[in-house]
Amino acid sequence: MAQELSEKDLLRMEVEQLKKEVKNSRAPISQTGKEIKDYAEAQAGNDPLLKGIPEDKNPFREKGTCMIS
Amino acid sequence: MCDQTFLVNVFGSCDKCFKQRALRPVFKKSQQLSYCSTCAEIMATDGLHENETLASLKSEAESLKGKLEEERAKLHDVELHQVAERVEALGQFVMKTRRTLKGHGNKVLCMDWCKDKRRIVSSSQDGKVIVWDSFTTNKEHAVTMPCTWVMACAYAPSGCAIACGGLDNKCSVYPLTFDKNENMAAKKKSVAMHTNYLSACSFTNSDMQILTASGDGTCALWDVESGQLLQSFHGHGADVLCLDLAPSETGNTFVSGGCDKKAMVWDMRSGQCVQAFETHESDINSVRYYPSGDAFASGSDDATCRLYDLRADREVAIYSKESIIFGASSVDFSLSGRLLFAGYNDYTINVWDVLKGSRVSILFGHENRVSTLRVSPDGTAFCSGSWDHTLRVWA
Repeated sequence: MAQELSEKDLLRMEVEQLKKEVKNSRAPISQTGKEIKDYAEAQAGNDPLLKGIPEDKNPFREKGTCMIS
Repeated sequence: MCDQTFLVNVFGSCDKCFKQRALRPVFKKSQQLSYCSTCAEIMATDGLHENETLASLKSEAESLKGKLEEERAKLHDVELHQVAERVEALGQFVMKTRRTLKGHGNKVLCMDWCKDKRRIVSSSQDGKVIVWDSFTTNKEHAVTMPCTWVMACAYAPSGCAIACGGLDNKCSVYPLTFDKNENMAAKKKSVAMHTNYLSACSFTNSDMQILTASGDGTCALWDVESGQLLQSFHGHGADVLCLDLAPSETGNTFVSGGCDKKAMVWDMRSGQCVQAFETHESDINSVRYYPSGDAFASGSDDATCRLYDLRADREVAIYSKESIIFGASSVDFSLSGRLLFAGYNDYTINVWDVLKGSRVSILFGHENRVSTLRVSPDGTAFCSGSWDHTLRVWA
């Protein structure tokens, strides 16, 4: 699709887009990075792959043989 | 329940370029014409910039890019791993293959989990799309597509249908039926039509809309029932290879990655690109949102995975090692976002500590490239698909 426009039209669209992007609001990494870290820490307790699941509760545990007691 | 209304576009021949596109009304000297979105945008900027030359536009673009980098650099006051310095380091991980799904006759190209956390749909170069029960490894459905290289497949949120496509340039939806007398292929519905291969597809939060990415350089949003194009997304300079929808709580955006090395974040309603990132050195094969929606990860042929922070508007981490020289084909986060699983063309899966930037584990097992990887909806396992014709479920 991009190949059907002239180089001038493509550049014009790129300039318009860049003008918009320059105006985006941004926050410092000390703040946003902390929020990313806080999220992961808060959710850590619910993350089965992170903390591991006991074999008997793991739906993908090894398929065992039947045992008759 | 569909809580969004979209302007239903008239589809037809554009009055300026005569191509078959979704059209909108424009007024030129009080006469109403129908232009496609591209011609409409050009017309909007036409009258304002008559004295521009190619050279002046190029230099304006360069200076704007410089300004953008400057603004982004101002927020780069600290690195992510420094913010995470006091976070407890992760211990040893023991993850192994719990199930191997065998049945495809050729390379597995894509897979997706059902919301029931046990069913999986996978698609292959052999033209087959299979639905598996990952607990039992039984195949529940299989359909043969009219094309080879089915590069994309997705499960509908209801679990009642799947979508797939590839070299046929389309995305088709198949309702899943358990009636043994019904032929799945008979109920096939063609939804999306691109002018090049379909590389990725995803249902939105309902069975009624599908988002697609294509080798034609665009992404598009479609109404499943009518096949109508609801919105198209132009901006990538080359094939789009991947997309991911933002977690539903964070609003109507999605991210796409392409062969132009760019990752772009889009507003689904307006069709506008909101933010773009160009730090990878090669094709971006996979993009995935961080679970909170505030960031996304990417995997690329440049052998790195990266994390982009949407609110700082920049790349904040690179996951790489000198010993990793093959491209990363697919990435996904664990439930909390602490772990990033990445499948590579060197047949391995690397597990990264997202916050600290270090690798915590390397998983061997596949006998050819890992082409696709997704964590299950409840985070208890992840599934990888490979060019070795198999899928593996790891936990």
